[in-house]
Amino acid sequence: MEKRVVFQNKFLPYMLVAPQIAITIIFFFWPASQAIVQSVLREDAFGITSHFVGLDNFVALLEDEYYLNSFRVTALFSFLVTTIGLSLSLLLAVTADRLIRGTTLYKTLLIWPYAVAPAVAGALWGFVFLPGPGILAYLLKQMGIDWNFHLNGGQAMLVVVIAATWKQISYNFLFFLAGLQSIPKSLVEAAAIDGAGPIRRFWTIVLPLLSPTLFFLIVVNVVYAFFETFGVIHSLTRGGPAKATEILVYKVWYDGFEAQDLGGSSAQSVILMVIVIALTVVQFRYIERKVHY
Amino acid sequence: MAKVTLKGVKKSYGQVKAIHGIDMEIRDGEFIVIVGPSGCGKSTLLRMIAGLEVITEGTISIGDRVVNDIEPADRDIAMVFQNYALYPHMSVYQNMSYGLRIRGMSKDDIEKRVQRAAEILQLQPYLQRKPRELSGGQRQRVAMGRAIVREPSVFLFDEPLSNLDAKLRVQMRLEIKRLHQQLGVTSIYVTHDQVEAMTLADRLVVMNLGRADQIGAPHEVYSRPATTYVGGFIGSPAMNFLNCRVAGSAGSAQAVLADGTALPLPAGWNVPEGEYQLGIRPEHLQLAREGEQPHVVLEVDVAEELGADTLLHGRIAGEELVARVPSNAGYHDASHPGLVVDMASAHLFDRESGLRIAV
Amino acid sequence: MIERRPVADAVGHLLLIVTIIIVAFPIYLAIIAASHTIQGISQVPMPLLPGAEFFTNVARALMEGPQIVGVGRGTSALTLMSNSLIMAMAIAVGKIIISLLSAFAIVYFRFPLKNFFFWMIFITLMLPVEVRIIPTYKVVADLGMLDTYTGLVLPLIASATATFLFRQFFMTVPDELVEAARIDGAGPMRFFWDVLVPLSRTSIAAMFVIQFIYGWNQYLWPLLIAAAPEYQTIVLAIGRLMRAPDAYEEWPLIMGMAFLALLPPVLVVVLMQRWFVKGLVETEK
Repeated sequence: MEKRVVFQNKFLPYMLVAPQIAITIIFFFWPASQAIVQSVLREDAFGITSHFVGLDNFVALLEDEYYLNSFRVTALFSFLVTTIGLSLSLLLAVTADRLIRGTTLYKTLLIWPYAVAPAVAGALWGFVFLPGPGILAYLLKQMGIDWNFHLNGGQAMLVVVIAATWKQISYNFLFFLAGLQSIPKSLVEAAAIDGAGPIRRFWTIVLPLLSPTLFFLIVVNVVYAFFETFGVIHSLTRGGPAKATEILVYKVWYDGFEAQDLGGSSAQSVILMVIVIALTVVQFRYIERKVHY
Repeated sequence: MAKVTLKGVKKSYGQVKAIHGIDMEIRDGEFIVIVGPSGCGKSTLLRMIAGLEVITEGTISIGDRVVNDIEPADRDIAMVFQNYALYPHMSVYQNMSYGLRIRGMSKDDIEKRVQRAAEILQLQPYLQRKPRELSGGQRQRVAMGRAIVREPSVFLFDEPLSNLDAKLRVQMRLEIKRLHQQLGVTSIYVTHDQVEAMTLADRLVVMNLGRADQIGAPHEVYSRPATTYVGGFIGSPAMNFLNCRVAGSAGSAQAVLADGTALPLPAGWNVPEGEYQLGIRPEHLQLAREGEQPHVVLEVDVAEELGADTLLHGRIAGEELVARVPSNAGYHDASHPGLVVDMASAHLFDRESGLRIAV
Repeated sequence: MIERRPVADAVGHLLLIVTIIIVAFPIYLAIIAASHTIQGISQVPMPLLPGAEFFTNVARALMEGPQIVGVGRGTSALTLMSNSLIMAMAIAVGKIIISLLSAFAIVYFRFPLKNFFFWMIFITLMLPVEVRIIPTYKVVADLGMLDTYTGLVLPLIASATATFLFRQFFMTVPDELVEAARIDGAGPMRFFWDVLVPLSRTSIAAMFVIQFIYGWNQYLWPLLIAAAPEYQTIVLAIGRLMRAPDAYEEWPLIMGMAFLALLPPVLVVVLMQRWFVKGLVETEK
């Protein structure tokens, strides 16, 4: 994948990449390596010296009930965000795709949640679900349900899932729509002539052809749920109640900045790094397949 | 304007030899066409003259200057590309003036030159348009305009007409010829189309797998091809080649075909006996006149009527043959015309090397 | 759909419209909250129609800011929004410039270490700021960049997505344009500026939309870096205010601020929708 025609300058290319490489080294690689180094150290009680402890920090994490809880919470959270988000968006995209008129209008009207910050999404939905004078709380009270997500862990999970998924619907919708529109009409028409009804056509033709987009979106949504939803948690629940919504990335921040546990937090960072790398590798493997398709 | 000299020019990509050694002197003001099929190295040669490819061995001189190590922009050349290479976001005027602007020419001088080129190429109504608003022919003219305003020593053309439809190609061919008559700038033109080559060239360079098989004026290349390759490449339909054996001594020698048909060699020819390839152009197979004894009778498979002429495709002595005869003679598919071979216009080629035998 | 199913069509339209209403509901509620006084909101049940106080509340938010502890008493939304604007613009513009230059170098030059640098940039895709917050914070602190715009912006400015998008686009530019430019006498930077950048207009626009939103919506990073009130961004302020102990007193104001916080990025997306969608779908590859 190289251009046949290139310029011959020797020094110029180095100067051109210098800004990006410099920033990448200073703010990416150096800190990342520091995180790895810190993760195998433990500070003494006064925070003055640290000593090498090998994998102790990691072992401690895996035995820490709170950390395991955080893992479970994150797994549940990302599972819900991904499945709900993708199913809803797929349904919407399929619906919009088969309409002859109005697709562009619907696109415009559904596109904007992407632009809302997760934290602001948290604020908005926090207000919707406000216990006490909140509108939903009132309705639920009429039905006999006591609503207070500050006290009830399950309710808290519900609220953060809704807030996080709400944002992603646009993104997923756009990609599904693009994927659907790139399926050649002639394929679907051929299937119809062959006698396949709309439902069968969807499962046997559309969905398989959409699978690269689907895999891509699964990875993107999981990464989103793991990493980009810090703002949602921080603005809505602060990881509570009783750590019911303490996702991994929130815990990393909390342990590192509020609880000042550098070693533990760094070890958590390293584990997160491994997860991201694995997910990105998976993502690129699937994109690779899509290109050859 | 300048002459261009190539001495021992070679090009290799790693171990692969693309050009095996070209020597050529292009005269000042000459229109030279480098012609050959895809992969023969003609574009590579042109790009080496332009400075877009590195010269592995040999020297190229423009004027009296060896330009091997000189940047394209400083060689005083201009190039017209196959895909026009117009800057899509610039207007026609800006496209044509870009090189001049870089060289720091004054706005007035630029204006003069662009207007003059626009006039020659009839581009004045299009000066403010963008390339995407132009037709293929117009874009090609803009590409030429860009070359003209530079007033270079040498014009280089890299298959400029390949992307145009047939009718437009004929039209643009004439325009290029007229342009050359008007401006008289040394021009090096690369094409795979032998009709373009024949009509435009002062001299042709016929290239075959990295070698120049023949360099000469169109008439010479046509009537005295140096190799079977040149003979078969130039001229449409292609020259016929028949295996033959020369028997007999000077004055009474004959070329004997595989089926025993004997064709008398012209009196002045002095050819040692042996196995050869006989090359005859389709138009040199003429219909036998009233009372004339034909040399061969052609078994016609398919006749292609072109209008004034008809091409008769058939077999002689087990080999395929094409003859070009007047249409009003009335020969069609599955006919058996008697043909006379104009031996004075025929050629003998060495069977192994393909070189023409001097007679 | 090939078969004509008017009923299914109607259901489809209905589904989409209902979805749009549900999606827009939180914003609507926020507008309601922002358009009443705190007493108006406190009624049970909450009013479902907007009141008259919208502009009053928004004006107070812009000029004075919420009068509670959370972000620094009295930091005006105007300050917050201008910080957000500075951050978003600096990140968007900075990223575009740096990535254009890097992509140009990678595509149009051959030099030792090229592949090494390419992989370096690629790897950064796998390291979002969230996985390296403590050491990156330390670096910024050591460089004295806490509570500065530089500290807010610089670490976020070298992203791989923009570089890859531009690289991909550059690969589609015909080689002949470079050759024609060479013969015209244009050196590499001249070619870059006169030809390549103008041709990249749509990619640049697409990247701008995406990076502006990214920069505006940053949360975790400003949380760490901007402790002083005058450097907070509006998105950050909202998040912190939500959990402030006395937030209740200033709900209308906070909701008004939430509305302000989402307005610019939403406008950018809606107005530049075409480029935005193109940019999203292109970066997927």
